[in-house]
Amino acid sequence: MNIPPDIKYTKNDEWIRLEGKIGTIGLTDYAQEQLSDIVFVEILVSEGEAVKQGEACATVESVKAAAEVYSPMSGKVVATNEVLPDTPETVNKDPYGEAWMVKVEVGNPAELESLLDAAAYEALCAERSQ
Amino acid sequence: MYIPHTESDRQAMLQRIGISKLEELFQDVPAAYRFPELNLPPALTEMEVLQELQAIADSNLTNSEAISFLGAGAYHHYIPAAVDSIIRRGEFYTAYTPYQPEISQGTLQAIYEYQSLIAALTGMEVSNASHYDGATAVAEAVNMAYANFRGKRTKIVLSPALHPHYRETVHTYVMGSELFVEGDRLEFDMLESSLPENLVPFIDENTALVMVQYPDFYGRIFDYTALAEVVHAAGGLLGISVNPLALGLLKAPSEFGADIVTGEGQPLGIPLSFGGPYLGIFATRKEYVRKMAGRLVGETTDNRGQRAYVLTLTAREQHIRREKATSNICTNQGLMALASAVYMSLLGKDGLKQVAELCYHKAHYAAAQINSAPGFSLAYDSPFFNEFVVRCPAPASKINDLLLDEGIIGGYDLGNVHPSLADSLLIAVTEMNSREDIDLLVEALGEIQSELLEEVPHA
Repeated sequence: MNIPPDIKYTKNDEWIRLEGKIGTIGLTDYAQEQLSDIVFVEILVSEGEAVKQGEACATVESVKAAAEVYSPMSGKVVATNEVLPDTPETVNKDPYGEAWMVKVEVGNPAELESLLDAAAYEALCAERSQ
Repeated sequence: MYIPHTESDRQAMLQRIGISKLEELFQDVPAAYRFPELNLPPALTEMEVLQELQAIADSNLTNSEAISFLGAGAYHHYIPAAVDSIIRRGEFYTAYTPYQPEISQGTLQAIYEYQSLIAALTGMEVSNASHYDGATAVAEAVNMAYANFRGKRTKIVLSPALHPHYRETVHTYVMGSELFVEGDRLEFDMLESSLPENLVPFIDENTALVMVQYPDFYGRIFDYTALAEVVHAAGGLLGISVNPLALGLLKAPSEFGADIVTGEGQPLGIPLSFGGPYLGIFATRKEYVRKMAGRLVGETTDNRGQRAYVLTLTAREQHIRREKATSNICTNQGLMALASAVYMSLLGKDGLKQVAELCYHKAHYAAAQINSAPGFSLAYDSPFFNEFVVRCPAPASKINDLLLDEGIIGGYDLGNVHPSLADSLLIAVTEMNSREDIDLLVEALGEIQSELLEEVPHA
């Protein structure tokens, strides 16, 4: 399982990569593996919209289940991945790269403290796999 | 009654949970309500019950005994005997989608055929496996529109010429939610104010859905193209509730630009049966399929390359999506959907057109005859299908009482819908009404008019 060390995670299996004030959000490798083949992605927010930490910003659907993607941090949406709804299988292939979902301009950097680092997230995944 | 548990099973269960008798389970119910005196009459034998029920049923007047011109959303059509004999086959005779659906390929294929026929009839890209009836189908259109805009649009515009029961159902569904309804509470002339262009002022950026009917509740046929343009310019969805049989003759609602088409499927091979079970038709465009409620059967190929049917896009449904699903209902009217699929298949495209034409021509003959009877006149000059409004020289309820004396079930008393229509009857004519029936009606109306004139005291 791929858990890149340079990004932060949530207990709900989202990741956020912070570059300056811009945070890029997506779903983790563990999550895509659990969901199996992703067949549908809908981005629920649009550019310019404010989103709070823990608020749903996307929905994904696999052949077996549906899941919400909750924003790991609060901020203003600056971009959404417009090609992803047409290529939902990318979430399975490249969850940390091409399958990014939303970019936000982070409003409250202190929220970063509430997120998990790679080691903590790896422990969480291991615990759940037992 | 078959109860599988033996006395020793029951004793074992009671012992396990630590009580001595079943009654102890009900101790939280106040004693006064625990085992109330039911005061029931003595039990009857099966034969006696049957006789009593038959006696009650006999007090009904049905359209097999009387000539009927009653419609208003449910219509008396001929149902070929093959419909009943096919749906009563053991392999089909259940109201439910099977719980292990893929093992019942025949049932899934029948639903798939139903969906395909509805899609062809409405001109829409996708139909679900059906809802309960025409009213709940409209309510699900409201749910879908709300979900489509993720709760960001909260206004539903209903045409006052949408069936009053459908409107009531929508009002019930939206109660307690942030959705609100506009457009259907017009207090001046009902026929005039329910024209499509009079809905336009209600449509704005907060409008999720505009819902109209085709033909409308009063029988009128409107072209909704202009309305669709206004709705779409405001970014909302247009829903059209149809009489599916009328589509055998009329332009498909998809051609107006409808986003959702709903309908009451009863005219397609389903008996009147005192109001149900009926069939809720629901079709939409492909782009909205994931927001659609209800079950959906798709065609695929199995691992041997053979054609097979599956329930598809189930992740939309409430058992997976929980509270975020568009609707908490995914039941369909399996048996009624099958009946309508058999009916449509038996008649075919040409047969359906023929039935629709018969209804149209007979209704127009009736309207012309009634319009020329003294005292009675058509309430509008819009085009209509199988139903039209007649203004009467006395309250519609009185006319109906007098018609009943002649063995004729009259039209629907529109005073029930709006006080301004207390003198108006909604008359439905189908292929089941012969020319003789219609002539009898016109004759009876003529006699009623003469009687009414005699009642007027001379000056």
